[in-house]
Amino acid sequence: MGVMKRVTMVFRAKANKALDRMEDPRETLDYSYQTQLELLQKVRRGVADVATSRKRVELQINQLQQSADKLDRQARDSLAAGREDLAREALTRKAGIQSQLEDLQTQYASLQGEEEKLTAASQRLQQKVDAFRTRKETIKATYTAAEAQTRINEAFTGISEEMGDVGLAIQRAEDKTAQMRARAGAIDELMASGALEDMVSGPHDDIQAELDRMVAGTGVDRELERMKAELSQGSAPREIEGGGQGSADGATPASAASTTEPGPAGDTE
Amino acid sequence: MIVRILGEGQLEVPDSAVDELNKLDVALEKAVERDDEAAFRPALEALLAKVREVGSATKPDELKPSELIIPQPDATMEEVRKLLTDEGLIPG
Repeated sequence: MGVMKRVTMVFRAKANKALDRMEDPRETLDYSYQTQLELLQKVRRGVADVATSRKRVELQINQLQQSADKLDRQARDSLAAGREDLAREALTRKAGIQSQLEDLQTQYASLQGEEEKLTAASQRLQQKVDAFRTRKETIKATYTAAEAQTRINEAFTGISEEMGDVGLAIQRAEDKTAQMRARAGAIDELMASGALEDMVSGPHDDIQAELDRMVAGTGVDRELERMKAELSQGSAPREIEGGGQGSADGATPASAASTTEPGPAGDTE
Repeated sequence: MIVRILGEGQLEVPDSAVDELNKLDVALEKAVERDDEAAFRPALEALLAKVREVGSATKPDELKPSELIIPQPDATMEEVRKLLTDEGLIPG
């Protein structure tokens, strides 16, 4: 029979079953209109839910991107300092974050698509519901019971199909959102537990600590060099420090202090 | 003739295209019956492409039921199977 016809029959059967349950055509119209309004509410809530999930994923993407950027900087700094081992470590961690980022970006696109579809479905349904309301009043006012029944059947079956379609769209969006929530929750937990934090930043950032040590280390080295240079300038008095005490005055403060003993002695004179 | 693409809405399709659509639909049905994922996707895409090619959107305030309904473009074979039974449908 074909897929198209079979799907159509399933939709039609649903509508007919609902129609059969109702005896009074007016009741059919009013009841159906109520259901339509409820479904409209539901699809709007669905749009809001998907948007919330999308924003949450967006936030996580931003956080992970910052982490990846930081590791990238650290890798560069490490390389510049000649520490390829450290740069490799930073890049390895960055790759881990990068794969999570890509996963999140796929999810983000999927949620965005779902949001657009639901928004469009909501607008379509709104137009059909408006059309149904108008038709409902016309049918009530103008037609005899027998005529009304035929027209009601068509309008009812038509709107039922739209509602079935929108209902399915909501279901698909809910399923996707639930999946995303679970994943987003897992990443949030990872961040909260510090596992991800440990990898990239914060007090346990060992790559940064190593880099800091190295920067501090080069600072110390430089200072040492400077001191050595200073000392070598004043090396002459220092070398004869052991020999002649008198010539030490004014050389370096340290040697001056140790060689001024005769001075105070002189002062007391 | 009105054809609905699930998730997208209704299209008015000329009756002359029905034979062609049915042929494509048979291929889709066979793929689902044989659980043939490799054939399923192209069959669904071909059917959708044809409907979009020959169809034009109905008026937004149209309230007529469709004669044919096609699964949504990103439907999995599992979802199509559910559509063929009552499962997963919101009662209208």
